Amino acid sequence: MPSVIPPVVGHDDEFFWDGVGQGRLLVQRCTGCGTLRHPPSPMCPSCRALDWVPQELSGRGVVFSWIVSRHPTEPDDEPRIVVLVTLEEGIRLIANLQGVDPAEVRNDLAVEVTFEEVDGVVLPQFRPAGAPGTVAQ
Amino acid sequence: MTSLADRAAIVGIGQTEFSKSSGRSELQLAAEASSAAIADAGLTPADIDGLVTFTLDTTDELLLMRCLGIPELRYWSRTPHGGAGAHTTVQHAAAAVASGAANAVVVYRAFNERSGRRFGQPNARVTPLGWNLYLPFGLDTPAKIYSLWFQRYMYRYGVTNEDFGRYSVVARRHAATNPNAWFYQRPITIEDHQRSRWIVEPILRLLDCCQESDGGVAMVITTMERARDLAQRPARVAAVADGHLIEGHVMFNYYHPGDDVFPEVGFLARQLWEMSGLAPSDIDVAMLYENFSPVVFLQLEGLGFCGPGEAKDFITDGNIDLDGSLPVNTNGGLLGEGYIHGINNILEGVRQIRGTSCNQIDDVEHVLVAGGRSGLILGQP
Repeated sequence: MPSVIPPVVGHDDEFFWDGVGQGRLLVQRCTGCGTLRHPPSPMCPSCRALDWVPQELSGRGVVFSWIVSRHPTEPDDEPRIVVLVTLEEGIRLIANLQGVDPAEVRNDLAVEVTFEEVDGVVLPQFRPAGAPGTVAQ
Repeated sequence: MTSLADRAAIVGIGQTEFSKSSGRSELQLAAEASSAAIADAGLTPADIDGLVTFTLDTTDELLLMRCLGIPELRYWSRTPHGGAGAHTTVQHAAAAVASGAANAVVVYRAFNERSGRRFGQPNARVTPLGWNLYLPFGLDTPAKIYSLWFQRYMYRYGVTNEDFGRYSVVARRHAATNPNAWFYQRPITIEDHQRSRWIVEPILRLLDCCQESDGGVAMVITTMERARDLAQRPARVAAVADGHLIEGHVMFNYYHPGDDVFPEVGFLARQLWEMSGLAPSDIDVAMLYENFSPVVFLQLEGLGFCGPGEAKDFITDGNIDLDGSLPVNTNGGLLGEGYIHGINNILEGVRQIRGTSCNQIDDVEHVLVAGGRSGLILGQP
């Protein structure tokens, strides 16, 4: 099991982590102009509106880039694959990829979100599209 | 339009030794380097009335004044985002002297980055503000944070870790003949590089990473007018700029739409060429910030020294060697000389203008010093 440093939630990203706890991947949708935005931010860069609503994403996307992450000082920690995913809605999101051998990871691999407890912290994780436990199942 | 081009010059440089354990305080390192830079310029502490450093630097300006015996200070400022803002220190100092806010400014950067707080290690036990989307997923070191960005570049252009290694070999060859370099007389081969352990698979090996270093560096900046009367040949600041874009972040480019790897360096390049009236072919030496070897590739391409995806061939063909078309990081760079947050690369740029580098290139007219999001061009007075 990898060790996880948990998030410290603040005003701007509380909704995101609340969503993660409920198994929902949420981003902000500007009430003024409809633009989706992520990472969380208090003001819409397109129209400066402060009002927004949370919008649930499909959780489907493709791997934009990836690395194998090993803990630099705790070699017994299980390595994790970190992925930058481009979601269907055009949002980029960092998470981990599970259910794939590091040698099998490819850019543009189709993936779907799942929510898993890792070292006591619920985190969005991705698995290859169609794998057990993902949105499509 | 009023421009900072040709208004200021770097007239003094100073440094401590670069080591893994300095055995003294960061304040002392800053004081030693600054004192050396002031003396090198032929000035006294009473001539200095401005100080510029990084927001990350631990040395308080008032304590440094007291060490150096600077009686009166009229200007200070700090630049954010670590090495990405390294060259911005020169912009602040040049703007200060050009506007009259100060007469002569010392830029300093000093740290015990190996024996004290290590930049290459995960330092957080609690997720700091703004890092919730990264740290909990294991992005806990600069090497990993950068690698998630570099990997897309490798995929897009078919670049391998061995390609990155060819830069490391050049940097270590240049360091091998620089007595101030941590890796003096210790060159490597591509086989050494490929045998070194993975830091972030499949992107970075140990020999792709800069040195966590202890040390201090400083420089003195004043107007071109005053510069002509001082002790050293001035390094004229022909251009200096910052290049930041919306959706950029301090250590990564994850959120730019599409597949544009590093648009910031393109923005920086446009400003530097426009401000100086120069083109890539006018540059005799390039000092390119490299906390990790791939950053050199991204900058060679983004600054226009070669086309997108061509850096691997540009390097393989010997262009960045001392006898190449564009010698790069003649001091050994941050991989070979030491990592004093990029300011040591500016000092080498000044030495190339003066003609005093350990690896001096003949007839240097212009040196470009850049760190992706900030940069400058130095010229003969």
